Amino acid sequence: MKVEQISIFIENKSGRLAEVSGILGEAGVNIRALSLADTSDFGILRLIVDDSEKALQVLRDHHFTVSKTEVIGVEVPDQPGGLSSILKILDQNQINVEYMYAFVERSGSNAVIIFRFDDVDQAISVLLKNHVTILAGKKITSI
Amino acid sequence: MIWNDDFETLPREAIDSLQLRRLQQTVERVYATVPFYRDTFNKMGIRPADIKQLKDIQKLPFTLKKDMRDNYPYGLFAVPLEQIVRIHASSGTTGKPTVVGYTRRDIETWTELMARSFVAAGAHKGDVIHNAYGYGLFTGGLGAHYGAERIGASVIPMSGGNTKKQLMIMQDFGSTVLTCTPSYSLFLAEVAAEEGIDIRKLRLKVGILGAEPWSEKMRQEIEAKLGIKAIDIYGLSEIMGPGVGIECIEAQNGLHVWEDHFILEIIDPDTCEVLPEGEKGELVITTITKEGIPLIRYRTRDITRLNRQPCICGRTHARIERLSGRSDDMLIIRGVNVFPSQIESVLFNIEGVEPHYQLLVDREGNLDTLEVQVEVNEQTFSDEIKKLQALSSAIQKQIKDLLGVTCKVRLVEPKTLTRSEGKAQRVIDNRKKGAS
Repeated sequence: MKVEQISIFIENKSGRLAEVSGILGEAGVNIRALSLADTSDFGILRLIVDDSEKALQVLRDHHFTVSKTEVIGVEVPDQPGGLSSILKILDQNQINVEYMYAFVERSGSNAVIIFRFDDVDQAISVLLKNHVTILAGKKITSI
Repeated sequence: MIWNDDFETLPREAIDSLQLRRLQQTVERVYATVPFYRDTFNKMGIRPADIKQLKDIQKLPFTLKKDMRDNYPYGLFAVPLEQIVRIHASSGTTGKPTVVGYTRRDIETWTELMARSFVAAGAHKGDVIHNAYGYGLFTGGLGAHYGAERIGASVIPMSGGNTKKQLMIMQDFGSTVLTCTPSYSLFLAEVAAEEGIDIRKLRLKVGILGAEPWSEKMRQEIEAKLGIKAIDIYGLSEIMGPGVGIECIEAQNGLHVWEDHFILEIIDPDTCEVLPEGEKGELVITTITKEGIPLIRYRTRDITRLNRQPCICGRTHARIERLSGRSDDMLIIRGVNVFPSQIESVLFNIEGVEPHYQLLVDREGNLDTLEVQVEVNEQTFSDEIKKLQALSSAIQKQIKDLLGVTCKVRLVEPKTLTRSEGKAQRVIDNRKKGAS
């Protein structure tokens, strides 16, 4: 149910993103989704890739600070109000979203949104109870 | 104008013989009353009677800031605590401060030397002295205060901070003499300009500025922007506080150090050899009248040179040149002493933080800035921005709590900070560029 996300600490200086994608490309790691959160001094690059272990390994070899986090991928109807219906469910159940970002590809006719929750398990059970489709980790990385 | 003609213009021979007599008394006293000195003298095979002439001072051991820390808090006091009427402290190299105690006579001496300093700087009875040095454990505020009262001036005990209020009082009370750090004087001028106040039109005529290193170029800037004479004052709490030395307004060329109370030497900081007059090196001071905490050959770590040439002001006491640096790694940030080891101890106490850090010191406008760069590792890293921001604010707060200095904390990637030959370059001080 859960998807592994890797996060990378990046200083705000030119060329750092290119370096990360270059390292992953050379290692044959495919980036499936990404988001970049930044402050004036640093950024956190969050990635879903097809081979997390390999990605972590090559980035560590290049002295990047990395971490693994569990997130979930949720199918969202690709139509007006689609995202809103899911956020409403979360809000009504007092589930706090740390951050979220959209997946590049679609799953059938649905969009895919990656969510990071404080309490992943509780979030999963609330979403399932409300008939929201959560994509399996394998399925996400192979979309 | 000279405050104490008898002592400030003593002929050289008289200073020398006075110094020898007072040195002998001091050495006898510390040998009898301070176990630290007795043990050190014994180990080196020195007896007080071995001091027969002034240059025998070179037989005596040095005293380091570390010795004060090792004997924290009262170990180096030469009198029982009930004779101490005042205690001050300055920041130490690690968590514990350096403590100094004054007897009633020590306060009297300090007051006298501060009075001499004020008069040398051109202040006198009738002046309104705006004292913006901090009052508290720091010696600046109270030291200047007592001296100002002694000469009969009207003292405004402003202390630091609250710049707009300082300006209002300066205008309304008619301050004529300003005492603060050189950088704060420029900051006052800046804020005055923002507030539409022409600070040059106020009654201010002299600034007595110290507690941090400054350049001749900065003096010109201060004199032009504030429309005052800017006078350099020297002091350190270990020796006394402000008023150990002062420039005379007549020459503004080197700081007279009161040689009837202090013996000055310049040494090579590496070999500890005493250098001939005129050569640049580390200033070493022996106190020869202090009762509370007399110090033998205290290594100030300040780099300067000695000048015994007669001065046009008529004072005969030796002058030290404007300080040109330190022989240790102490930084002075907005008048506060900061040792890299203090920052290190803060980082060391925060769970998971690596001891890899670098300090970037700069001057923006007229105020010093300190940036602490800390490497992020997998233990401190989080995928959430707010957690990393909480980490940097925690570091910032603890540094502020310990040192009283606000810094900017920048998280950096691992292995980005230079590691050269096993010894990291901890400090980059960009203020030195452009200093004359």
